[in-house]
Amino acid sequence: MTDERTPKVVEPTLFELSSPGRVGVTFPEPDVPRAKLPESLLRAELPLPELSEVDVIRHYMRLSRFNYSVDGGFYPLGSCTMKYNPKINEDMARLPGFAFTHPLQPIETVQGNLALMYTLQQWLKEISGFAAVTLQPAAGAHGELTGVLMMRAYHHARGDTKRTKMLIPDSAHGTNPASSGMIGLQIVQIPSDRRGNVDLAALKAACDETVVGLMLTNPNTLGLFDEHIEEVIQIVHDCGGLVYGDGANLNALLGIVRPGDLGFDVMHFNLHKTFSTPHGGGGPGSGPVGAAAHLADFLPSPIVGIVEEGDDETPPLYGFIEPKQSIGRVKAFHGHFGMMVRAFTYIAMHGADGLRAVAENAVLNANYLLARLRHAYHIPYDRICMHEFVAEGKVEGSDVRALDISKRLMDYGFHPPTNYFPLIVHEALMIEPTETESKQTLDAFADALIRIAEEAKTQPELLKSAPHKTPFGRMDEVKAARDLVLCCWLPEEKGS
Amino acid sequence: MNIPSNLMYTKSDEWFDPATGKVGLTDYAQAQLSDIVFVEITVSAGDVVEVGKPIASVESVKAAAESYAPVSGKVIAVNEDLLNAPETLNRDPYGAGWLIQIEGADPSGLMDAAAYEKYCEERTH
Amino acid sequence: MTYIPITPTEREAMLTAIGVSKIEDLFQDVPASYRFPKLNLPAALTEMEVAAELGELAASNETVRELVSFLGAGAYNHYIPAAVDHILRRGEFYTAYTPYQPEISQGTLQAIFEYQSLICALTGMEVANASHYDGATSVAESVNMAYAVFRGKRTKVVISPAVHPQYRATLRTYVQGMGLTLAGDTPETVTSDEVTAAHIEPLIDENTALVIVQYPDFFGRIYDYTALIEAAHAKGVLVCVAANPIALGLLKTPGEMGADIVVGEGQPLGIPLSFGGPYLGFFATRKQYVHKMAGRLVGETVDNRGQRAYVLTLTAREQHIKRERATSNICTNQGLMALASAVYLSLLGKTGLRQVAELCYHKAHYAAEQIIKIPGFAYCFDTPFFHEFAICCPRPVAEINAYLLEHGILGGYDLGRDYPALKDHLLIAVTEMNTKAEIDALVELLAEVRRD
Repeated sequence: MTDERTPKVVEPTLFELSSPGRVGVTFPEPDVPRAKLPESLLRAELPLPELSEVDVIRHYMRLSRFNYSVDGGFYPLGSCTMKYNPKINEDMARLPGFAFTHPLQPIETVQGNLALMYTLQQWLKEISGFAAVTLQPAAGAHGELTGVLMMRAYHHARGDTKRTKMLIPDSAHGTNPASSGMIGLQIVQIPSDRRGNVDLAALKAACDETVVGLMLTNPNTLGLFDEHIEEVIQIVHDCGGLVYGDGANLNALLGIVRPGDLGFDVMHFNLHKTFSTPHGGGGPGSGPVGAAAHLADFLPSPIVGIVEEGDDETPPLYGFIEPKQSIGRVKAFHGHFGMMVRAFTYIAMHGADGLRAVAENAVLNANYLLARLRHAYHIPYDRICMHEFVAEGKVEGSDVRALDISKRLMDYGFHPPTNYFPLIVHEALMIEPTETESKQTLDAFADALIRIAEEAKTQPELLKSAPHKTPFGRMDEVKAARDLVLCCWLPEEKGS
Repeated sequence: MNIPSNLMYTKSDEWFDPATGKVGLTDYAQAQLSDIVFVEITVSAGDVVEVGKPIASVESVKAAAESYAPVSGKVIAVNEDLLNAPETLNRDPYGAGWLIQIEGADPSGLMDAAAYEKYCEERTH
Repeated sequence: MTYIPITPTEREAMLTAIGVSKIEDLFQDVPASYRFPKLNLPAALTEMEVAAELGELAASNETVRELVSFLGAGAYNHYIPAAVDHILRRGEFYTAYTPYQPEISQGTLQAIFEYQSLICALTGMEVANASHYDGATSVAESVNMAYAVFRGKRTKVVISPAVHPQYRATLRTYVQGMGLTLAGDTPETVTSDEVTAAHIEPLIDENTALVIVQYPDFFGRIYDYTALIEAAHAKGVLVCVAANPIALGLLKTPGEMGADIVVGEGQPLGIPLSFGGPYLGFFATRKQYVHKMAGRLVGETVDNRGQRAYVLTLTAREQHIKRERATSNICTNQGLMALASAVYLSLLGKTGLRQVAELCYHKAHYAAEQIIKIPGFAYCFDTPFFHEFAICCPRPVAEINAYLLEHGILGGYDLGRDYPALKDHLLIAVTEMNTKAEIDALVELLAEVRRD
């Protein structure tokens, strides 16, 4: 049956574990008379696996052990802010009073939820310096789409319909051009200067009456705060454009500076980066959007507001309000409420001083790692960084690549940094330690990277064939893309 | 790197064969992209293409690229075989890996093999 | 500082290593006039205090546990087996990032691969992605995909007015700037007469990229869309069916009907109501469109030790590589919610899901039959339905719901909010969670409200 070319199955799939007749959960018999089923509309068969609860639990327990996680170790993935996810957040989001409320309940029955959302909106406004906030967008990229639609709507509302271009620095996340592309805008790439700032001359040259605005990540993906941030914003404003802030790196700015004060017009937050809601193996995130006063009327609807003022005796009545020139809804219901509860918990436990300490320590940790690694790896834009920095994954006298260094880090028990991003650095290793890591952890990580730089010279094969100590080795990605097996089961394979 | 001398080249790494009117991706381009897993030719036979306009979209395991018409003219054939065998672009970029065929085009303004080779060398440094 | 482990002594040592004397020196690039704003936030609470405060906020809500709920309209109160949350609470799953490093992410990768497979099995389709934000955005993404399939050459999308009003609203937002026209988005045409297929088929033409219908539709009605899909295909048009996944435990699949895209809200599959999110947008299509589909995709492969393994594949389609030419900007998805639905489906399996679907069906039909016996209450439509149905009421729905709420019942959805001709129409959802006694109580209260 099997030969040496048949891959070894480490964990069978749910479908392979299935045994006909087994059930994992049973439900009561109907307590009402059975109605006649619509025979012509019934499905012939339901090819789902048949498993016991024990089968299911053990399967997922075994799978879980194949995962690296923040709970399991240091996860310095640049641009992702893999900070510790406090356990209390999880408990709060699961409080029955929150978890068992329906999104369409009458507002009188969900004042607790609405008060929490209203307060979170207020806090995010205070932290960012914006006039208004929506909590509806589901993720960072979703917030971007919201923001660029608002920018477009703002220009259109002023009768200014000639603007078709979005300026985007070459260090930007791919979501920035993709979000602008989704609404049909033309992308104009703005280069970075030698110190990693937006190139002012190029920016000036690109700014004219056809520009919708600039999408700017600050600190940028090199981990650098733009040294001319006020001038950058001024140049865009001078041509009638707006400035979008990609809030991916807000962790560096909490209590340090408010983007709204700097002149950003609209910005998204990533509750799953800055405010400690977990990444969930890819999601869910949450991407609230803040807007300056002149853009507030364009926010997606609805947002939470006070619909009846309270007084000394009665609390205000919270409800939903529709911004006057709203771009509309960006999803069903009110956003990722469960993530809002977690972020609320986090902010409540920090207060103003605590949030500033978060940013300070995130920046301290990044600069400390940078100081420890500067001699082992080339740092292309070497100045005081914010919460992350980018090293080149190359070693003098060796042909190993950033990928090899990353894979070797796994053998030392660490998650690798982000590879090959930003695109403007060759062999980029983008390192973001976050504030929740101890000096011991940072030192152990730096020691490992320094040792790997040595290994690169003395035993390059060790890196090129890494990882060795993980349950799985390097993958055949070409086979995955060419053979395209995307399902354990395909409808036409039925019975074969 | 293979740069046949009978072909003409663009800065966006397409080749054009003045003898047959065929257009394709260069060896340099396929090597940069590495393992190509998807090709979509976005023009059809009968279309009139303008120089510099997109004609095909290519995706590899790690990268994506757009191909542009090296010359203006009328498309007389597209290589349908590529759609089910995109790896042909890696294996035989100047032969079976051709993308489209254009009729009556003017190749002036394209680079010859020597100029293209120099252009490629500049980029690898 | 609860989650910051650096001690003052360590900080001094680290600052020295960096070569600065104080923390503030690290922020010289920030314009001085805006540096270190005083944030007006409440004083920090300890974990004990925050738990008490949030406990109080949560307790001030009324929930579908204390109330008896007949409210659905896109979010449904189903039983979630205990094992689901135990798996979700594994830190190995919920504190991991997107599985970009497959050697140390096989848990997430295999779980998503299995999720894709389960969604294909449920919908009768060939490929599914690793998820979108919710039902509404998965509908919007079907338009992005169809737009990409036709390379922008077809500029019309036909959507049934019987698709969830918030999904249609979301789609209207998404298409701003795409240069697409929406046809069929006309809730005013929905009356108590028949609509849907007959209504939207004439709107389909050769410039149409996509037709979107819902199954069961917003009013709970079930139609066989086979003929509509054939008519659309005759004009080269793609068809997207937004389906309720519990209904698919019982009903003919959109795949069998010939659908090109099947999307939907995955919340009923083991995800708590949680006031509207996070939920799960599922998205499945035919293999031929896989390169135009947005979102992450996990494929099977082998590692260099000969072990079967999984990786994110066809990633060059996505925004981080294709940037503005990507089908969508999606990056973060609903990974953990997809895991929840996979655990739910594997626990229920073939037998359990059918059982839940049948319970919903029988209970909803019992409720409907009792309600229409009350003078003044009548079916709005004659079409077969699944677990939700529209009832024409003798009084405004707001008054009826207020009366029900006084008696501990969360009434249905007021259809007059979105459909002008359906003023005084109530959309009632019944699931396996509703007992006969609860349904009888609802019927009794409706009879009373009639007499009031």
